[in-house]
Amino acid sequence: MINNLYFFLTISALLFSLGITAIFYRKNIIAILIGVELVLNAASLNFVAFSRFTQSHLHGQVFALFIIIIAAAEAAVALAIVLRLFQTKETIDVEEANALRN
Amino acid sequence: MTDIILLIFGLITVVSAALAVFHPHIVYAAFSLMLTFFGVAGLYVFLQADFVAGVQVLIYVGGILILFLFAIMLSHKLFGSPLRDLQKKLIPALGLSLPIFFIIAYVIFSTNWNLVSQTGQNETVSSLGHLILDQYILPFELASILLLGALIGAVYLVRSSDDK
Repeated sequence: MINNLYFFLTISALLFSLGITAIFYRKNIIAILIGVELVLNAASLNFVAFSRFTQSHLHGQVFALFIIIIAAAEAAVALAIVLRLFQTKETIDVEEANALRN
Repeated sequence: MTDIILLIFGLITVVSAALAVFHPHIVYAAFSLMLTFFGVAGLYVFLQADFVAGVQVLIYVGGILILFLFAIMLSHKLFGSPLRDLQKKLIPALGLSLPIFFIIAYVIFSTNWNLVSQTGQNETVSSLGHLILDQYILPFELASILLLGALIGAVYLVRSSDDK
């Protein structure tokens, strides 16, 4: 019987560390956003798992719904910024976006 | 039998997430992210969160992933440069994420969670609706304002520069 809290928390921890890896490993800004989505999914999986296995009547699921809403808003704005960066710089490499550095 | 299906869903989630992180081709990474979203939705079903699973499939797969694919298609010169991207160093990224994973795993298995053995509800939609429109009404309205702001902000950002 592996349908317990520890299984879901381990999956969530794996997703979270894979997302952190993507944020620091990739150069492509869309791949970095994929990492951010993985981190958000790990967080909402944690909320739903705790809402199932501890004494909190569905409050965790409400938090998961709000996380999904925030992720949708974040993806829309971030991809608009990606397209704007591509219009000005002709690239989506994050190391080329250094206009504020000097 | 249930355990086998649950294990398969967990494996699908983790393996496709690893593929989304490490695949050099960004389109394949986005499609394997879709498999991750489906796997997480399956895990939600096992957690008796049917409405959250449906919303996960609708918004993540139907909305966010389509946005990702549009951004990929619009931001690459499809016939010039290849769709691959050069990677940064792998060792610092793993050196940051592996300690995070081991710290989280240590906390998970060493904490005494206040577990209860409840069977859970069979359907959650009406209870979730009562919760959102009663106790969480202020965050709900704030989320709608946030979505409106994000929509207007995204349109303002991608407007072409000569119609100012």
